[in-house]
Order: sequence, then structure tokens, then C-alpha cells
Amino acid sequence: MAETRFWRAALYAALVFAALYYLLPLYVMLTTSVKSIEEIRAGNLLSLPAGITFDAWSKAWSTACTGVSCNGLSGYFWNSVQMVIPAVAISTMLGAINGYVLSKWRFRGSEVVFALILFGVFMPFQVLLLPMAQTLGLFGLANTTAGLVFVHVVCGTASTTLFFRNYYVGIPDELIKAARLDGAGFWRIFWRIILPMSTPIIMVTLIWQFTQIWNDFLFGVVFASGDAQPITVGLNNLANTSTSVKEYNVDMAAALIAALPTIVVYVLAGKYFVRGLTAGAVKG
Amino acid sequence: MATPNAHYGFAERWLPRLVLAPSFFLTLVFLYGFIAWNGYLSFTESRLLPNYEWAGLVQYQALFENERWWVAVRNLGIFAVLFIGGAMAIGITLAILLDQKVRGEGAIRTIYLYPMALSFVVTGTAWKWMLNPGLGLEKLMHDWGFTSFTFDWLVNSDMSIYTVVIAGLWQSSGFVMALFLAGLRGVDDSIIKAAQIDGASLPRIYWKIILPALRPVVFSTLMILSHIAIKSFDLVMALTGGGPGFSSDLPATFMYSMAFTRGQTGLGAASAMMMLATVAAIVVPYLYSELRKDQHG
Repeated sequence: MAETRFWRAALYAALVFAALYYLLPLYVMLTTSVKSIEEIRAGNLLSLPAGITFDAWSKAWSTACTGVSCNGLSGYFWNSVQMVIPAVAISTMLGAINGYVLSKWRFRGSEVVFALILFGVFMPFQVLLLPMAQTLGLFGLANTTAGLVFVHVVCGTASTTLFFRNYYVGIPDELIKAARLDGAGFWRIFWRIILPMSTPIIMVTLIWQFTQIWNDFLFGVVFASGDAQPITVGLNNLANTSTSVKEYNVDMAAALIAALPTIVVYVLAGKYFVRGLTAGAVKG
Repeated sequence: MATPNAHYGFAERWLPRLVLAPSFFLTLVFLYGFIAWNGYLSFTESRLLPNYEWAGLVQYQALFENERWWVAVRNLGIFAVLFIGGAMAIGITLAILLDQKVRGEGAIRTIYLYPMALSFVVTGTAWKWMLNPGLGLEKLMHDWGFTSFTFDWLVNSDMSIYTVVIAGLWQSSGFVMALFLAGLRGVDDSIIKAAQIDGASLPRIYWKIILPALRPVVFSTLMILSHIAIKSFDLVMALTGGGPGFSSDLPATFMYSMAFTRGQTGLGAASAMMMLATVAAIVVPYLYSELRKDQHG
């Protein structure tokens, strides 16, 4: 009995230790962001802030320099909002429709189409960058939010199709057959039977796409400049703009501003987030 | 299977194809067409502007003679081995620990996994501050009395790639934990009970029975992690910017800087093709086996 109790204590100690390892960077970011720069110099990473000041937050939001301009992250933040909403909505809708066809209306060659789309989940996007940059330029979409939305839809539809298809495969075909005997067609079955059963997978996909697109840096840095750059690019510019005094408190406030939307989503809907992560990986 | 038959009429037969057509078209043009386009660019002498005159293998030759490329490839080797190995080890360990009917499991799981919700740029910015040689970890250790402690990996070209490993592990190991915990929950309890009755110890049960049963999870996790490793770009850009010099470059940052900041379009295209070939060599057999399984199952 004493032995088991010892092992239980060791188990909890290990789990708590690991939790600290994951939490410490967040603690450091939060405390640093509310310290003054003098206090940062005087103290260390783990020291608690003596007084809390939100100067760094307001500077990060509205006046910090991100390269040549010094308007903080607010503009970048709204760019990301404007990009993420249409990109997530369109890629999710396309994914639902594609998944429906690829699971319930298979035709000769539909598996090949699925395989072709699926490779897009894994493809290194570096291969697309040069041609995409040229194409966006050709259509006048270079350096625009619309251009970024387009790229995210093209590259995100592979994942959303995979999510919906794998979910719909689990819906019994008999249900579809019965509906068809009753005279329901392609769209009627989709709207009346499939879609009402799809709430969990819609949540998973929305959250997955939101996180992916909000956090994307590669497309943002390659395809957008100036007015259309997303928050991740703004943060990177801010943190790498050389100033005479390195303002780590502003950097951390900016990092937290960039992280806030996805953290909020994770806290509110963590269950779906985890399911999204495991959807492609664990079968069934 | 709900295969449409002739008596469902023309619309029913063609509607599914029509509905799938836009995505199929987008995939064909913007994924596969662009791969071909990029592939063609890699066989040209394109510099700042694309030039479509066939030049054979010059860019690949230049790539293989490029010192910076080999640094990037070697770094990817180091990063991939340590990142994948480390994330698997941490993730599996935490999943097994959490599987021991722990109180507060939900909360602990939430804590372990939240870094995955962050952007790699956020992670990079945070770790850049914590690991910075002046006021970061080094100062902390000095304040704690370890005055001879030095930690200059961020600015040391021999060690900078390891800071990318540290931050990468922090971000992704909880994800491996989540995958394995889901897998562990799927293992049939009766097998474990039977082994316990036979007198097998818990570590032995995990090692000999449970982990082998999780082979598919191991496999797909390896897949996902190697995929993350090869595509790693934002973390390096935010943490080290590839530096000092180009000591922490990875192929993805090499490609970006050739193609978009140094006006070496052809060389960038060639490096992108090398990345594609690497991913395809890993992923295509995996996808093939998954799809085959689907058809039989």
C-alpha cells in the first residue's frame, strides 16, 4: 500500500512538473508584458511584476514600430480578421460538399479525385509560392486580402474535404438509400439529412481552419505587403525591428495579442480543437 | 455504397461530379499545375524575373554546390531527428502517465496542449526573449546563484539550430500526447486485465502489449511530425531569422530567402522541388496504403 502511494505521489509530481514546463512560457509572457522596461532590466524572467502597467499593451496595439511604420499591431489584427472570416467560411463549405460527394455519391474515379486532393494536405507549400505569386500578380490580387483568402481556400480545402469525408463515411448508407426511395434528391438529402448531423464536424473544421489561417505566416509574408499583412507578419516585424532599447515587454504584449484569438477559441472549444488535431491522424 | 444508378436520372448522375468539379479544378490547376510550373522554373536560369528558357540542370548543380543549402539540409537532419524523437518520447510518456486514472485529467490535458493553438511566430517570439543571452535564462540562473552559467545558443552559430528544437518541442509535444492518449483509450481493457492476471508488470504491459497495438498511431504521428519538421519555417523566422549568418537555416527558409529576398528564383524553385521530393517519398507510400486499407475495410 505504501509503495502504491509512493508511486501515485511520484506520478502527480511528474504531471505537475510537466504542466509547469508548458505553463512557464505563458507566465513569462504575461508578467513581462505588464512590467516596465526598467523592471525587466532589474529583475529576471520569473520575478513577479512590482506594479502592473499596460503601457506595453497599448504601445504594441497602436504605436509600436513594425518596420517603417509605427502604428502598432491594430491594423494587422483587422487584416487578419478580414482574411480569416471569408477564408474559413468558404473552405469549410467546399469541404462539406466535397466530403458529401466523396463519401455518399462516389462515382468512377472519385477515389482518384480524393487521393489527388488529399496529397494537398501534405504538400510542402514552398512548391506553390513562386507560381502563385505570379498568378496573383496577373489577376491584380498581389498584396491584397482577397489574394490571401484565395490562397487559403485553395490550400485549406484539402484538409476540410478530408475532415468531412472521414466523418460522413461513418453515416450509414441505408439512411441515404431510404431517403432516395422516398424521392429525395442530392441537395435535399444534403440539407435535410446530412447537414443536421454535421454540427460536430463543422465545429471541428471551423476551429481547425481558424487556427491554421490565423496562425499562418508563410503565405502572409510572401503574398502580402504593407496594407494587407496579417497579424503574424506584423508580430514578426515588430519583434525584429531594431530599436535602440529592446522592448521585450512590448514584444510579449504583441505576441499575446496575436495569440489571444486562438487561445480564446481553444479555451472555449478545446474539445473540438483536440478532435480536429486527431481527426486526420487516428482512424475511426 | 450509394452508387447512383441510371434510373435516378441524368441530373442525379452528373450532379455529384458537377459539385466536385470546382474543387477538382482548383486542385488540378493550383496544386498540380503549379508543381509543374515551379518544376519548369527550376530548369531555367530565372533570377529576379522568371525566364522561361530551358537551361537544364544548372540550378540543381548550383544548389548542390551551395554551402548554405547543405547547412540547411544538415540542420533539417538535426532538427528532424531531435524534434521527432523528442516529441515522441515526451508525448508518449505524458500520455501513459495521464492514462493512470489521474484526477484533474481534463485540466492537465488542456495545459499540455494549449501551445498547439499558438502560432509558431508567437512561440518563436516568446522563446527568443526567454533564451536571449542578456536578460533571459542566463540572468535567471545568475540570480539563482549559478554565476558561471552561460547560455548563448541563440547567437552561437554552432548551437542556434538547437534553440529551434527546444521551442519546437515545447509547442508540439503536447500534440503527440493527445494523439497517443486517444490511441490508449482505444486499447481493449480485457487484454490488459488478462496480462495483469498473468503477472506482467505495468511497464512490461505497456512496452510489450499496448505500444505494439498502437502501431498505427505511432506511424501516423511520425508522419505528421516529419511533415511539420520539413515544412518548418515560421518558427525559425521568428526565433533566429535563420541566423546567426545562415547557421540555423532550414530548407524552407532557404527557399524563401532565395526566391523572395535574394532574387534567385531558379535556385529557390529547385530547392522547393527537393522539398517536394522529400515529402512525396515519405507521404505517397503512406497515402497509398491508407487508401488501399479504406477500399478493403
